[in-house]
Amino acid sequence: MTALTLGSAINAGLSQALENDDKVLLMGEDIGKLGGVFRVTDGLQQRFGAQRVIDSPLAEAGIVGAAVGLALRGYRPVVEIQFDGFVYPAFDQIVCQVAKLHYRSNGRIRMPLVIRIPWAGGVGAAEHHSESPEAYFVHTAGLRVVAPSTPQDAYVMLQQAIASDDPVIFFEPKRLYHSKGEVDLDADPADAPPMHLARVAREGTDATIVTYGAQVRTALDAALAAEDEGLSLEVIDLRSLSPIDMNTVAASVRKTGRVVVTHEAARQAGVGAELVASITEQCFAYLEAPPQRVTGHDIPYPPSKLEKHHVPDLDRILFAVDRVLERETPGMPGGASASTVEGGVR
Amino acid sequence: MTYTQTTPEQGAADRGPTGTRGDVDDVARLLEPDGTRVPDTDLDPWITDLSPHELRALHRDMVLTRRVDAEGVALQRQGQLALWAPCRGQEAVQVGTAHALAPGDFVFPSYREHGVLLGRGAKPADYVLAWRGEEHSAYDHTTINAAPPQIIIGAQSLHATGWAMGAQRDGSTDVAVAYYGDGATSQGDVNEAMVFASSFRAPVVFVCSNNQWAISEPVTVQAKYPIAGRAPGFGIPSMRIDGNDALACVAAMRWALDRARRGEGPSFIEAVTYRLGPHTTSDDPTRYRDADEVEAWTRRDPIARLEAYLRAEGVLDDSALDEVARAADALAVEVRSACIGATTRSPETMFDHVYAEPHAGLDRQRAEYVDYLAGFEK
Repeated sequence: MTALTLGSAINAGLSQALENDDKVLLMGEDIGKLGGVFRVTDGLQQRFGAQRVIDSPLAEAGIVGAAVGLALRGYRPVVEIQFDGFVYPAFDQIVCQVAKLHYRSNGRIRMPLVIRIPWAGGVGAAEHHSESPEAYFVHTAGLRVVAPSTPQDAYVMLQQAIASDDPVIFFEPKRLYHSKGEVDLDADPADAPPMHLARVAREGTDATIVTYGAQVRTALDAALAAEDEGLSLEVIDLRSLSPIDMNTVAASVRKTGRVVVTHEAARQAGVGAELVASITEQCFAYLEAPPQRVTGHDIPYPPSKLEKHHVPDLDRILFAVDRVLERETPGMPGGASASTVEGGVR
Repeated sequence: MTYTQTTPEQGAADRGPTGTRGDVDDVARLLEPDGTRVPDTDLDPWITDLSPHELRALHRDMVLTRRVDAEGVALQRQGQLALWAPCRGQEAVQVGTAHALAPGDFVFPSYREHGVLLGRGAKPADYVLAWRGEEHSAYDHTTINAAPPQIIIGAQSLHATGWAMGAQRDGSTDVAVAYYGDGATSQGDVNEAMVFASSFRAPVVFVCSNNQWAISEPVTVQAKYPIAGRAPGFGIPSMRIDGNDALACVAAMRWALDRARRGEGPSFIEAVTYRLGPHTTSDDPTRYRDADEVEAWTRRDPIARLEAYLRAEGVLDDSALDEVARAADALAVEVRSACIGATTRSPETMFDHVYAEPHAGLDRQRAEYVDYLAGFEK
């Protein structure tokens, strides 16, 4: 085991993939000499050459569209969109081409490409640099959407994404880029749990928190804090947003009967809405209280000085936990029951 | 009309068509509209070896394309096809450029490129099924090296460029070809493709069939300046040719392919042509263009032009023309029977191929829908 940051683990995963398969190549803005604005591709161009680690023109549709052509020629391109908010120029290529070519061609054309996106907020960045656009892609048939939250998962899931014959949107929680964890660099991605399976990040019995990405860390902090109050919270790290591993989610909800879903992305038609709908369909008889969503507000990402009020923190998660447990929030007089603070506050 | 490139290697050369008229006759051609052979120093060298056999094949594929196209329109009118995008009038650029290709080259066509697909060996009886609504794409792209027809305007230009970057990395001499129309040149994708192709010297040919109309919008809405004149600004040499002159189309394409195979990177061809029919069978061009204009272009017909030339050269005679007409009719019958005999696949197959690998959420939906349908059979 080696202690690596999440960013370094991705670098190691890319390096491994480039070494294992000469059809793998990387393309993106500033990924070569600079090593990417987050240094995630640091040293890779030097090691594998400019033919395989390609600094592209500043054109996101161009990056993804050219990757489609490379995939048609038999390559497995891994492209980087520099920031979450820069993916929209490529949206047409992703939704109309990347996602649909396999279907359009009755399976004759495969699109084994990975679109890496440094993702979400909490890092004090400028506008367009802190967005959570995952729901657009989860809504799009033909794409797989994953988001690791630990260095180990980042290392393994990236290699699994590259090995997949389907296109994968790979969201990298940028506020965890520098968080460290133990990584087994000898782990064989083929033997590791497949990327479409969720992970029980912490076992518990009183309520379930379902989340993904950087919010996994916040949820785990919340569970730790709740422990002081004698509460046992289970935390599910989804890892994959398309498909969603509902078996793992439903098993947990059936066990606890209470569920809080949290993500940074806006609430309206977000992944949380899908989760709560599916939980209600599959676990209705087990639910002791209305599920709660703790999400970013339905606003454009706010100026960074205000982002701590947008990205759900530990307290907001625990407030929702109290709602699903139908208990008063300590220190908050008049804490209402879940039935009076309704699930979908608008 | 050739626009030379202004790459750093060449230094500042001709910067494009300043002072050129940019009208439909401001083009390079080898055949006048009446079929008279005229010289052109840029184009002539590329077709010196074109044999009578190849010339007849060129003519034949143009006639077949027109016949399939007419059948497509008729089948739509009879309710056998949901839609058809006629290519009448554009046979020379489609067939001419396709004839110049090698088997290893890969084309990225738009939805109107029936002649290109025919030239690549696609069976019209297969691909009309897409226009019937049975399939999204109904030929095997791997056997004919042609991507599924692209409906999003210009998107395929990037795919062609990426494919070419791959071919370049493989050290092969294969070339990618992106086909699109004048409307597409306004799209960001097409312009981004030119940047990528130029920066990476990708072996790709951009073939723009300027058919004067993007549905109801005349080309002047897309371009105030000849389209071919834009490419040199990207560092891509271009030619503006008579797109109704099959010989010019073969020659220009050979020029472009040769550059690509020699590692000189991308080229751009603007083939000036005309869409004689509607945009699609749902369109009514009488609302936006004059009959006089269509009539004028009918007199520049690409097939009549090549026929006149080949007859004058003694390459085609009445009996050869009769044989081609019979082959065209036979192909039309094949297309018609394929449509009329087509069976719609079972509904659960619409869940196939969304993903290459299993997807739990979709698998569940499929199972639910299959169960639902089975309920009607009980």
